[in-house]
Amino acid sequence: MKENIIIESGALFQPFNYSIGLYGSKFFKELTDNRKFFGTKCQKCNKVYIPPRKVCGPCFSEMTEFVEVGPKGVIGTYTILRYAFIDPETGEQKPVPYGYGFIKLDGADTLFQHYINIEDESKVKIGARVEPVFSEEKKGTIKDILYFKIID
Amino acid sequence: MSKKRVAIVGTGQTFHKSHRPDVNGQELINEAVQRALCDANLKINDIDAIVIGNMDHFEGINYVDCWSVDGSGGVMKPIIKLTTGGTTGSTIAIGGYHLVASGIFEKVLIIGWEKNSESDTTGAITTAFDPVWDRLVFAGAISGLAAEAQAYISKYGASDKDGARVSVRDRKHACNNPHAQLRKEVSIEDVLASPMLADPIHLLDVCPRTDGACAVIMASDDCAEKITPTPDWIVATSSRHKYTYLGDVNWGQLDSMALASKEIYKKAGIKEPRKEINVIELYQPYSFAGIIWIEDLGIAEKGNGSEYIWSGATDMGGELPINPSGGVIACNPIGATGLIRCAEAALQIMGKAETRQVPDVKLALSSGFGGCMWTDLILHSKKKPDF
Ligand SMILES: [Zn+2]
Repeated sequence: MKENIIIESGALFQPFNYSIGLYGSKFFKELTDNRKFFGTKCQKCNKVYIPPRKVCGPCFSEMTEFVEVGPKGVIGTYTILRYAFIDPETGEQKPVPYGYGFIKLDGADTLFQHYINIEDESKVKIGARVEPVFSEEKKGTIKDILYFKIID
Repeated sequence: MSKKRVAIVGTGQTFHKSHRPDVNGQELINEAVQRALCDANLKINDIDAIVIGNMDHFEGINYVDCWSVDGSGGVMKPIIKLTTGGTTGSTIAIGGYHLVASGIFEKVLIIGWEKNSESDTTGAITTAFDPVWDRLVFAGAISGLAAEAQAYISKYGASDKDGARVSVRDRKHACNNPHAQLRKEVSIEDVLASPMLADPIHLLDVCPRTDGACAVIMASDDCAEKITPTPDWIVATSSRHKYTYLGDVNWGQLDSMALASKEIYKKAGIKEPRKEINVIELYQPYSFAGIIWIEDLGIAEKGNGSEYIWSGATDMGGELPINPSGGVIACNPIGATGLIRCAEAALQIMGKAETRQVPDVKLALSSGFGGCMWTDLILHSKKKPDF
């Protein structure tokens, strides 16, 4: 893990860069190159964290083991955003209405946030099975995932 | 130095409105400070130290502690700024309590303020969350709260109508409070017919944006009873923060509230909170929290929050009135909101809550809520604690 990844904001210039660390870099490299999700596992409590991070907060111990999770999962909880607002990251209007979900990827213990496809709102439910839809372009950011779609 | 007992001896709130262009930030702060000093019959020279707070990123002012000294009365005094998101108002109260309880300062002025109208609230709140993992989908406070409500509904089966019942209660209570921003009764039908913001939250289920400030004066045991014959004694405080990423939250309940309340009841020897506490000022930014969080507080059994609300127990005149002030969904100057809960609980203890007074209050609980689902609690008592 020698490559550091820097995340940039959208087309509108903002004077910020965020280092995501080596664990975050591993996540985005696997996501971009192989379309795989990697979390970290605590040796002490066995909890699998997504996004991956170095320290298990409750155990306060360093995690060194990466585990592949997903790419499929279930909706842990969700909402559908219906009010218009500006995305402070990009200065652009958010694409309301949009589905916002906390996805429990198979094998992970924490939830992964992303858009949920709401073409058929009646199917958007806690426990519904989902899978990611990836972008054709590979950017090495969270936007490499376009959204999760319901596959039930 | 040994631990001192601490009491609230004075409070002051501004006139609250969605937009206060008649005052700048310092002047808004000063309005609350002058009222608190007047309430305690003290002069600014009597104050030993100041704790101040607002929401980071809201007014675009960074060193708010320095910037506001004219209004706060802080010229050449020790001042500390504390800012913890939604909990700011309750955190400054707990911070002020620690300063007095430690014996370092005798009289401390605590100030929470916000001019929500002067910024993009949703944008600013979003910047409190991780830029890489959280912000793509996050939509300010409402999105997280909606996710909490959905998880609760899926687990225990509450409905829009149950949420609406909480809104109806608080907006009715607000009519008794001259400091509340929204003072108009609404019906269940009004709430359900208001626009859906984020399923299952309607416009009338959530708090407004408010310009306003609140100030509270705390004093040590050595002088509290000389300042006022009816001090509001602080029995215990508790603060619990959950992990950073929203995906780590145990959705559908408020773990930090459950832990903080257990701690505070233990400290105060409370066995049956529902019977022993006389009034609660709950930092409740949306209606469903009024159902979910009273379960985490041990006031209602898991899954029975709605039933308890419908019984009228939390209305004025009920077993345990909640939010006689009308609470957060009637008035929400964010950096002041938690401190207003604390001040309102103090007014109840001191018998100064006028038309919103609950009779014979001996024990009151006030709370703060913020950020990644964290909680502050303060327990107030008429009786001087015996530790
Ligand atoms: Zn662990």
